[in-house]
Amino acid sequence: MSNSLKDGWELIVGLEVHVELGTKTKLFCGCVNQFGDEPNTNVCPVCLGLPGSLPVVNEKAVIYAMQLGRALNCSVGRSIFARKNYFYPDMPKDYQITQYDQPTSMDGYLELPSGVRIGIERAHIEEDTGKTVHVGSTGRISGSDYSLVDYNRAGVPLIEIVSYPEIRTIDQAKEYVEELRGILLALKVSDAKMEEGSIRVDANVSVRKVGEDELRTRCEIKNVNSLRSLGRAIEYEANRQIDLYENGESPSQETRHWDESDGRTRPGRSKEDAEDYRYFQEPDLVPLSPNSQMIKMIDEELPIFPSERRVQLAALTEMEITEVALIVERGHDGFASETIHAGATPQTVIKYLTNNLSDGFGELSPTAFASLIQMEEKTELTSTQAKKILGELVEHGGTPQEIAEQSGLKAIDADELENLVDQLIASHPEEWERFCGGEKKVQGFFIGEIMKSTRGQADGKVINQILNERSN
Amino acid sequence: MMTEPISEKEVTHVAHLARLRLSDDELGIFTRQLGAVLEHAKDVEALQLDGVEPMSHPFPLENVTREDEVGEMLDRDKVLDQAPAAEDGRFQVPQILGDQP
Amino acid sequence: MSPTAPDSFITAQSIAEKVKSGEWSAVEILDKYLSQIEQHESEVHAFNTVLEDEARDAAKETDRRVASGETLGPLAGVPVAVKDNLCTKGIRTTASSRILENWKPPYDATVVQKLYAAGATLIGKTNMDEFAMGSSTENSAFGPTRNPHDLSCVPGGSSGGSAAAVAAGFAPISIGSDTGGSIRQPASLCGVVGVKPTYGGVSRYGLLAFASSLDQIGPFANTVRDAAIVHQVIGGHDPKDSTSISEPFPSFLDDLDHGVEGLKIGIISELMGGIEGISPEVIEKTREAASVLSANGALIEEVSIPASLYCLSAYYLIAPAEASSNLSRYDGVRYGLRVQGETLAEMNINTRTNGFGNEVKRRIMLGTYALSAGYYDAYYGKALKVRRLLAQNFDEVYSQFDVLLSPTSPCTAFKLGERTSDPMTMYVNDVCTIPSNLVGHPAISIPFASGNDGMPIGVQILVPPMQEALMYRVASTLESAKSDE
Ligand SMILES: [Mg+2]
Ligand SMILES: [Zn+2]
Repeated sequence: MSNSLKDGWELIVGLEVHVELGTKTKLFCGCVNQFGDEPNTNVCPVCLGLPGSLPVVNEKAVIYAMQLGRALNCSVGRSIFARKNYFYPDMPKDYQITQYDQPTSMDGYLELPSGVRIGIERAHIEEDTGKTVHVGSTGRISGSDYSLVDYNRAGVPLIEIVSYPEIRTIDQAKEYVEELRGILLALKVSDAKMEEGSIRVDANVSVRKVGEDELRTRCEIKNVNSLRSLGRAIEYEANRQIDLYENGESPSQETRHWDESDGRTRPGRSKEDAEDYRYFQEPDLVPLSPNSQMIKMIDEELPIFPSERRVQLAALTEMEITEVALIVERGHDGFASETIHAGATPQTVIKYLTNNLSDGFGELSPTAFASLIQMEEKTELTSTQAKKILGELVEHGGTPQEIAEQSGLKAIDADELENLVDQLIASHPEEWERFCGGEKKVQGFFIGEIMKSTRGQADGKVINQILNERSN
Repeated sequence: MMTEPISEKEVTHVAHLARLRLSDDELGIFTRQLGAVLEHAKDVEALQLDGVEPMSHPFPLENVTREDEVGEMLDRDKVLDQAPAAEDGRFQVPQILGDQP
Repeated sequence: MSPTAPDSFITAQSIAEKVKSGEWSAVEILDKYLSQIEQHESEVHAFNTVLEDEARDAAKETDRRVASGETLGPLAGVPVAVKDNLCTKGIRTTASSRILENWKPPYDATVVQKLYAAGATLIGKTNMDEFAMGSSTENSAFGPTRNPHDLSCVPGGSSGGSAAAVAAGFAPISIGSDTGGSIRQPASLCGVVGVKPTYGGVSRYGLLAFASSLDQIGPFANTVRDAAIVHQVIGGHDPKDSTSISEPFPSFLDDLDHGVEGLKIGIISELMGGIEGISPEVIEKTREAASVLSANGALIEEVSIPASLYCLSAYYLIAPAEASSNLSRYDGVRYGLRVQGETLAEMNINTRTNGFGNEVKRRIMLGTYALSAGYYDAYYGKALKVRRLLAQNFDEVYSQFDVLLSPTSPCTAFKLGERTSDPMTMYVNDVCTIPSNLVGHPAISIPFASGNDGMPIGVQILVPPMQEALMYRVASTLESAKSDE
């Protein structure tokens, strides 16, 4: 896999992913959990942190958290809410309710399509903060005149998933996030949109010499808003650290912010508070303690996850897991297997799904798709014709036979084609001589002429076959 | 004299964490007063506490949750009426130095 | 007429009965209390806000409902004074702090809702130590409350305004909050009944938090029965408070007259001389109370709660730790005071530095320190373990005893200004009341005697969690024995 680090260096990445849960209401109050509403309209005494208000945990958020924990192969047990204390205006109580030493989920793993397992240290429930906009010439925090705060997002349920630093390449980091998205979508616990911030990824990046065992100083990279920037940010940061080491310096442990516009990470403003969050058990909430029966119920209701679906599709198609991973990622594996069961050659199905049906199937049914593939394989249709019909099927439905008939799409049969080729050879002896002499580019002339005279209804492969037979 | 349980430097740090400013006089007084309370707290050291489970809650409740149902929300104008400063339907705050942790 | 001898002295029970029967009008009753307030509030300063107009409107409405034949609740037409740390919709709620001087909550505390639903008339919001931090009501940003029995003395605290309001005849009942004795100690000093319910027995929703795992709301009244009636009204499960107990409590009123025959009552020896600083006169009166109970058929024995020696230490770490976090939200961003600054952090600092009084700052810093990196285990962690030991001590004792007895306050009401210079001497006032908060058990203080200075002395009755019916029964026995004397 690609790893654009300087020779001799190894990349070490751990990811912290915050996922917004798709509950109807917020984590600790009945306010609507919705993106994009007018500012400060989805608020109440609890999520505004008004004096006297008290939190009550959303049952659905707890179930989602436990489902996700089990999906990530974690042990899910007794958990306790804690307060993380620090002052920031987007946090209405000036503490965040989160989980600290007893999170909902611990010690699991996530399996990448390549089969590599990335360890999950923990996954805990916490509340989101509000949103701040900075007013002033720059529109950014630095150089702003003042800021404005909207608490619609404050108190939205989040799960923070913390991996061990077991990711070794940029591709693995991206795959990890992709795979996690697949799991979230399969569970239906989040809409998992990175661009809307419902998945937010922070990367802990360090490097070390190949062969070293100890971990070196890491930097936490924030403000990564897409998979592409995740890759770019990790690459930039790793190389920055390598440059420092090679110049006899070393990076300091800090939080750095990715700047998409100029492709660099920058240190956050130093915090004198030195991260003394004074965690302690949240006295306004009581422990969550699922019994074994509840965990069993959660396990029984888990959907099949991408890793398992890849294995199933690979087995059905007799292809490699990596060859079918994309189909599973798109969620097209169910359609693929139905088409295969309707009699289509698996490899062809995968090929079409990969290259021609990335945007979905529209009105296409698996049986129609299977017949189309069979018609092409029996050379009743050329591949160009088949693709044309496929487009029709996606748009309007129906059967490929009907469409072929209506639009007169039919591959010219072999006998007729042989006649046409022989006539062409007879009328162009000069070109034929050159072809027989091994001048392969003349081949294009013959195929082009036949296509012209048949208005594209001939199969180029078959023409080629005939030409080769005749020249021997 | 025995070492003080808390130093002026520590009180300064704690005041900063708590977003409080102390005058020089106040720093001296608070350091002495906090020291006296912490000194008194030291009598706990006489107790054998190894293996004693900490008790955060007086009553052992578990699994208290609510259903995921929409409840009453507040009217924005009334909320912002109580705000020291507001603009564009949002709470206004002075320039922020430093990122969110 | 002195502040403590109102001619309007009547029980909440009789007010409600007579208002419902139409014999008395709620407006008339209210006017009696308002005129008492008018005469003496300037001396006592029990209130931050008197709600004369709102109360009169509410009383009129009560009378209208009675006239139209509606069924009213157990506090119909009863004026109630509520501590100023309970949210009242649209009515200034300050916690006696500059930082909330003009804050009007957009919602009612659950307890306030329940009082309204029971027909009570909210007559005012009472003064208190700022954010309930104190034992004398001298830490109010709006000036101290004075003890109606002697205006040169404190009423106790932090619910001193609520205690004084009942003692001065400003209201027949009032509501306070008790984190380390803030209802019972002022009740003792003002000669009224004060109750701290079982933790989780009364919803904390809408109570401005001081120390969340210790805070409970409870009633003040002139009689044990009135206290039980109010407790019955404000108690019960509230889905808005995750720490609220969902099992129903037995009625607090049914057993009131059942006496104490055969009950095993322990006197806590540590609070009867074991711990220094409890006045001999208070100890003596507590023994007298024990004798009265004994004469009524209870079996009295001394018992030991060894961990009570360490309660003060544990409490003054746990309560400030929780408070330091609970009070972070007063940052000048969303509500309350803002003192401008160039930057956000400066604004936060200016607001909090100007908005909080010294006792609040002291406790915020103490709590911040107790939770901070490197000190958590030595201070906060240890305090939580002491709390466990204490709970174990109580469990052991309650396996052999039904009820415990102790003084409420180590001394009678002291003079204003006498104890403000040294926080530790003030903190010692809570030594008898703190244990119940740490373990979440209920306790009541009832006036039992007077000291040599003529000031009231209360005794404290403690029972296991959810056993308030038993607590009221013992208290009622002691109360009637006293009045029989
Ligand atoms: Mg987090
Ligand atoms: Zn809300």
